[in-house]
Amino acid sequence: MTAQSIAEAAYIVAALLFILTLAGLSRHETSRQGIVFGIAGMAIALAATVGVAVQNAAAIAVTLLVVAVVCGAAIGLWRARIVAMTGMPELIALLHSFVGLAAVLVGWDGFYSVEHDSAQTEFTGSLLHIHHAEVFIGVFIGAVTFTGSIVANLKLSARIKSAPLMLPGKNYLNLGALAAFAVLTGVFVASPNLALLVAVTAVALALGWHLVASIGGGDMPVVVSMLNSYSGWAAAASGFLLNNNLLIVTGALVGSSGAYLSYIMCQAMNRSFISVIAGGFGIEAPTSSDTDYGDYREVTAQEVASLLTNAKSVVITPGYGMAVAQAQYPVAELTKQLRERGVEVRFGIHPVAGRLPGHMNVLLAEAKVPYDIVLEMDEINDDFTETSVVLVIGANDTVNPSAAEDPGSPIAGMPVLRVWEAADVVVFKRSMAAGYAGVQNPLFFRDNAQMLFGDAKSMVEEVLRAI
Amino acid sequence: MNTHIGVPRERLVGETRVAATPRTVEQLRALGYEVIIEQDAGALSTFPDEAYAAAGARVGGQDEVWAADVVLKVNAPDAAEIEGMHEGLTLVSLLAPGLNPDLVEALAAKPVTVLAMDAVPRISRAQSLDVLSSMANIAGYRAVIEAAHVFGRFFTGQVTAAGKVPPATVLVAGAGVAGLAAIGAASSLGAIVRATDPRPEVADQVKSLGGEFLAVQSAEAEVSASGYAKEMSEDYNTLAARLYAAQAPEVDIIVTTALIPGRPAPLLITAEMVASMRSGSVIVDMAAAQGGNVAGTRAGEVVVTDNGVTIIGYTDLAGRLPAQASQLYGTNLVNLMKLLTPGKDGAVVLDLEDVVQRGITVVHRGEKLWPPPPVQVSAAPALAPGAGARPVKPEKRKMSNTRKLTLTGIGVAALWLVNAFAPQPLPEHFTVLMLATVIGYYVIGKVHHALHTPLMSVTNAISGIIVVGAMLQIGSDSTIVRVLSFVAILLASINIFGGFAVTRRMLGMFSKG
Repeated sequence: MTAQSIAEAAYIVAALLFILTLAGLSRHETSRQGIVFGIAGMAIALAATVGVAVQNAAAIAVTLLVVAVVCGAAIGLWRARIVAMTGMPELIALLHSFVGLAAVLVGWDGFYSVEHDSAQTEFTGSLLHIHHAEVFIGVFIGAVTFTGSIVANLKLSARIKSAPLMLPGKNYLNLGALAAFAVLTGVFVASPNLALLVAVTAVALALGWHLVASIGGGDMPVVVSMLNSYSGWAAAASGFLLNNNLLIVTGALVGSSGAYLSYIMCQAMNRSFISVIAGGFGIEAPTSSDTDYGDYREVTAQEVASLLTNAKSVVITPGYGMAVAQAQYPVAELTKQLRERGVEVRFGIHPVAGRLPGHMNVLLAEAKVPYDIVLEMDEINDDFTETSVVLVIGANDTVNPSAAEDPGSPIAGMPVLRVWEAADVVVFKRSMAAGYAGVQNPLFFRDNAQMLFGDAKSMVEEVLRAI
Repeated sequence: MNTHIGVPRERLVGETRVAATPRTVEQLRALGYEVIIEQDAGALSTFPDEAYAAAGARVGGQDEVWAADVVLKVNAPDAAEIEGMHEGLTLVSLLAPGLNPDLVEALAAKPVTVLAMDAVPRISRAQSLDVLSSMANIAGYRAVIEAAHVFGRFFTGQVTAAGKVPPATVLVAGAGVAGLAAIGAASSLGAIVRATDPRPEVADQVKSLGGEFLAVQSAEAEVSASGYAKEMSEDYNTLAARLYAAQAPEVDIIVTTALIPGRPAPLLITAEMVASMRSGSVIVDMAAAQGGNVAGTRAGEVVVTDNGVTIIGYTDLAGRLPAQASQLYGTNLVNLMKLLTPGKDGAVVLDLEDVVQRGITVVHRGEKLWPPPPVQVSAAPALAPGAGARPVKPEKRKMSNTRKLTLTGIGVAALWLVNAFAPQPLPEHFTVLMLATVIGYYVIGKVHHALHTPLMSVTNAISGIIVVGAMLQIGSDSTIVRVLSFVAILLASINIFGGFAVTRRMLGMFSKG
C-alpha cells in the first residue's frame, strides 16, 4: 500500500460521492444531503491528493499549496456569502472562467514539466505524442471557457452591452479558429514548442470571446449552461493529461450536466443549439408587420388589487423583468397576503425565464416563497382555464400566444405559458416595447388582458398598499 | 365657449335607461365638456337629479338639453325630437340604421351629424364602445333571473331533511355575449347548464363558465368574418333541430339568443318541441323583438302554453336592470367621446378615416353615409391560423434518419480507431469518460427543474476538482510550473469553497409552505 494507491482508492470513493451529490438534487428533500456528500467527496479527494503531493515535495511547494488553498477558500466563502441572488448568473459565469483558466494553467504546467523538460523520462514514443495532443486540447478548451465566461459575466452584470456583437462573417471567424486549432495541433504533435502553445492559447481566447460576445442577452441561459459544460470538458481533458480518473469522471459529469441543461433550454425555445450559438435571433428583423392588434387597456394598481382580492386562484408568471426590478420581495409579500385571504396563489415558471436555468426559483426561494407553489410550465399549463387572474411580471416572449397560434411567427412552436386562457391577465411592464425576441405580443391586446405600466417593484408595492 | 353635452330624458314608453349616470358625467367633464341633463332623466334608473348636480352637471329643461352641441340618447329620436334639431348638432344614440331606413332618411334631411352606437364594428379596438355586447351581457343575466322567477323550483340541487331536490337543467341556444352571460348566471345559481352554438371554437368559453357544450355534428364549421353569426345551411339546421328535439323534453329551462343582424331571428324551437317539454318548464326567448327563436313567442309578453310551458318574450331585458344598463351604456358613450376628443379639450373631432368612427357615422352634416364600407376583422383570433393552409417553415428541416445514423457511425468508428491504435492508458481513459458521461446524462435528467441553478453552482464546485491536477504539479522543481500551479490552485479553491457555500446557501432558502 503506497500513498499513490491510497489516493487512487480515495478518488474512486470521491467520484461516487459526486454522483450521489447530483442524484440528491433530484428532489428538494434530498438536495441538502446531496451537498454533504459532495463536500465529503471533495474533502476525501483533496486530502488524498495533498498526501501524495507533499510526499516528496520541497517545503516551499507545500507552503505555496497551503497558502493558495487558504486564500482561495477565503475568497470563495466571502463571495458566496455576499452574492445577491439576482447576481447568481454573473457569479456562476465567473466561476466557470476560473475552471477554464485553471485548465489552461494545468495544460501549460504539463508542457513545462514534459515537453519543455528534456530530462523527463516518463513519456516516450507515441505516449509522448498523445501527451502533446492532450496539452493542446486541454489548453484550447480551457481558454475558450475562460474568455467566454468572462464575457458572459460582463454581459450578465451589465458591464458591457448585452446586444450581440455582429462582426461580418462571424460564423467563418469561428470556423476559421477551429481550423487553425486543428492545424496547430498537428504541427504541435510533430514538434512541440512554446510559440505554438502561445498561438493556440491566443486563438482559443479570441474564439471564446467572440463566441459569447455575438450572443444576445436573452440567450444567456443557454450560453451559461454551455460554458458549464465546457468547464467540465476542460477538467476532463486535464484528467487525460494527468492520467487521473477522478478528473475525467468529474469533468464528464459536469460536462454532460451542462450539455443537458443547454438541451432543455433549447427545447424550451424551440431552437437548435447551433442556431443559438450562431446567434442573431430576431435582431435584424424586428416586428415589421402592420397587423392591427387593436388597443391595449391600462389598469391602475387599485383595480388590480380589487381584482386580486376577489379572485379564487391567481397564477404569477415572472420573467427576467422581475429580477431586474428586484421585485421578488414585494411579490412574495403579495403572495403571502393573498394566501392569508384564502386566495390560491401559484407561480408558473417557464424554463428560460431569467438568465440562468432555475433562476426564478432561486429568487422566489430567497424571498421565502414556498417551493411547493412554484410550478414549472408543464405542471401549470392546463390549469390556466381555471385561473381567475394571471399576473405577468416582467415576462414577455414566454407568454406570447403567437408562439402557439401564429405559424408565421419567429417564435412559432416555442412552448409558452398559456396565460391568455385565464379569466383576467394583468401584465406588469415598463412600456409597450417588444421582448427579447423582438416579436410583438398579441397577448397585450387580448380582451382579457390589461396593462399596468411602471417599474415592476414599485407597481407591485402599490398593489400591496391597495389591498 | 365650452362644448355642451345634453342628455335628455327618454320619451319611449317602457324605457328605463338614461344615457349618462353621475359617474359618467364626471368622466365626460374630465374630457372638457359641460353636461346638461334633463330633469328626472335618471329617475327610472334610480339616479336623482341631485346626484347629477353633485357630479357637476347642470339640470335643465328639454329645450336647454336639445340646444347643446352634442346630445347623448339611448333610443332613436322621435319625430318631434328630429323636428327640433338645430344645425350642427351631433346626436349619439341607438338607431338600428340597417332596420330603419326611414329613420335614416329623416335624419339625413337635417343638417346634423348622427352616430349610431349599435353600428360599432366588431373589432377588438372598438370593444369598449360596443353597446350590443354590454347590453347583451345584462340581458343574458336578466333572462336567467326572469326564468328563475317564473320557474317553480330551485336551480341548485340539494339534499334536505324534506327530501332530495334535483338541480334544474338549463339549455342555452347560442353562446354569444348574451348566451355566455346566461350560462354564467345559471351555473352560478347551481343549475346544470348545456349550450349549443354553430361555432365550435366557443366550446372552451362555455366550459370556462361552467357549461357543457353540445356540438352539432356537422361538417360545416362556421368561420365568421364579421364576428356575428350567419345563417346556416339546410343540412346544419336539420341536425341542430334534431339536437333541440332531443333536449327539449329533458331540460327545465331554455334560453334562446340566436340573432342574425338585419334578418328575422331563426326559428330554433318548434311548436312540437315546446309541446314535448314538461309542465312548469320555462323558455326565455331573447330574440322576441326580431320575431323570436321559439314558436308561439309574443314580443314583450309572457305566454303560457296548454301544456304549462311559460314562454317569456320580454324585449326590454337589459332595461329591467336600469341602473346597471345605464352605467354600462354611459361608459360606452364616455369611451366614444374619448375617441372623439383626442385632445381631451372638449372639442369633438370626427375622423372619418378611422374605421370605427366611419362605421358608426350614419349622417355627417346632413350627408347620408349609411351603410359604411365593410370592415373585415375576425372576432375569433384563435381560429384564423387553422382556417387556411399552414405555411410550412422552410428553415425547420429535421435531420433525416440516414444522416443521423451516418454521423453516429462516423463517431463510433473514430472512437474505435483511436482506441484500437492508442497505447494504454488512453483506452482506459476513454472507458471512464464514456461511462461517466452516460451516468451524468441520466443523473442530470432526473434533477428537479427548480434546482437547476443549485445544480450549476454545485457542478461549479466539483469541477474545481481540477485543483487535484495543479496540486500534483506544484511539487515540480521548475519555478514557472510552481507559479502557474499556485495560481491554478488558488482559482480552483475559490470554485470549490465558493461553489459549495453558495449552493448550501441557496438550498437553505428553499422552504416548503
